[in-house]
Amino acid sequence: MHGMINRAIERFVRDTYGRNAWGLITARAELDFAEFEAMLSYDDHVTEDVLGAACDVLNKPREALLEDIGTYLVSHPNVEALRRLLRFGGVDFHEFLHSLDDLPERARLAVPDLTLPDMELREHGATTYSLICRGGHPGFGHVITGLLRTMADDYGALVLLEHKGRREASEIIEVHLLTSAHAAGRAFELSVGAA
Amino acid sequence: MAAAGPYLAGLLDTVCPMHALISATGHIQHAGPTLRKLFPGDEVLGQRFLELFEIKRPGHGGTMADLRRLTGRKLHLRMRHGPRTEAKGVLVALPEEKAGIGPSGGALINLSFGISVVDAIRDFGLTGGDFAATDLTIEMLYLIEAKTAAMEASRLLNLRLQGAKIAAEEQAYTDTLTGLKNRRALDHLLERLVMSEQDFALIHLDLDYFKAVNDTLGHAAGDHVLREVARAMVQQTRSDDILVRTGGDEFVLVLSRLTDAARVHEIASRLIARLEEPVVFNGDVCQISASVGSTLSCRYPRPGLDLDRMMEDADTALYAAKAAGRGCHVSFDPPMRGKSATGCRSKPAV
Repeated sequence: MHGMINRAIERFVRDTYGRNAWGLITARAELDFAEFEAMLSYDDHVTEDVLGAACDVLNKPREALLEDIGTYLVSHPNVEALRRLLRFGGVDFHEFLHSLDDLPERARLAVPDLTLPDMELREHGATTYSLICRGGHPGFGHVITGLLRTMADDYGALVLLEHKGRREASEIIEVHLLTSAHAAGRAFELSVGAA
Repeated sequence: MAAAGPYLAGLLDTVCPMHALISATGHIQHAGPTLRKLFPGDEVLGQRFLELFEIKRPGHGGTMADLRRLTGRKLHLRMRHGPRTEAKGVLVALPEEKAGIGPSGGALINLSFGISVVDAIRDFGLTGGDFAATDLTIEMLYLIEAKTAAMEASRLLNLRLQGAKIAAEEQAYTDTLTGLKNRRALDHLLERLVMSEQDFALIHLDLDYFKAVNDTLGHAAGDHVLREVARAMVQQTRSDDILVRTGGDEFVLVLSRLTDAARVHEIASRLIARLEEPVVFNGDVCQISASVGSTLSCRYPRPGLDLDRMMEDADTALYAAKAAGRGCHVSFDPPMRGKSATGCRSKPAV
């Protein structure tokens, strides 16, 4: 698993629960280091070990933990860069949803060896969509659910999201876009530091 | 404008929002929404295009006929006011006949920011909606930010790796018992000193009676004494001097910038006196001393300072000090070379 993803889990725990919680998790997962390097790669089982340890230490079901990670990734000031990169996907939430197909390709442009699961957006009528995440680590869809929920707020859109479970290495998220301009949302300037 | 005017304008606004339709007199008849954003508070309609933008290249005469001749060429432009933003553009002459498209005898100019796009977006507060759907500007901005973030992550990784490397080297160059440098570090540091052509005093120091401490009071006492010796050396020297434990009870000191034998003698004698102060370990008193030989780099020809020669000479002086009854310092003197150590007993050069 790419260090970027392990590092994201680490940052989430550190920024949300503090370094002591992270220390307990690394000990429980039997890591012999305290920090992930974002630009290195790790064995897949390391990610699984850390997630398992985090569920135990934080006393949280795996789905909820993963969804919280998705929320954290696009809302915490320490990882503002990712939110900005996602906002380049579209000027409103509708356009943003349609940019998700490109997300793995966009990630690869930034970090060539970062592989994200394939994503396909299907439109059922004007306001109902399903997002299919293929392959990837089990539970990836929950991270995306948290991320979408928060990005909807970011755009000021009102959505209902439902993770429909995992079938044959695919996870499906149902999206009901109630209104694409419900609230003001957060400002997004194209140029860094403009606002 | 011809009858198809509003239709044409709407079409152009969508496909190329940074365009201008220019009349036969060179005045702006219609401007795309993004182009209008570059002149906040100013009505661009009716203004002469060349008063808003300077066409830097290719050169032209400034008349409408001159401009029309630039059809299809790549234009380099600059705004005449505000942040004087640079732009790229292309111009197409419109038909002369009245029934043609757009202002007859005029021109269509389409602009883009080119490489100045990042500044322009900040200066004019542009958003994703200001660019045509086919425009790659947003993708370019995305890439700039993504690559900057990835580069920053790589830079931090490099910094941490470098820090780890320095720490590892520091460890490999340090004598773990005393914290002084080790033999490996000495070779490395002397090489650097030779390259920098800096002068220095080279001192060889052997502890006297140390073996007795080890034999009678044990290794723990010996280790304690060695640590105390190191501490004394650090206290008696300057921070940029190099202190090395080369073997069990053997040390090399490199005192930087020294060229005066008398000064070296003073430092060496003070150090010996300090080392002769009794050290107490677990109630036992350990008493040692030191024999010291030294030589000065300024006495050897440069460039190509012969380090081996210097080491040998410092050793010769050290053996002269031992022969002189230990617990003293001897400066190397060329006549010592090749003579037996006892020959120096009567004349320790200072």
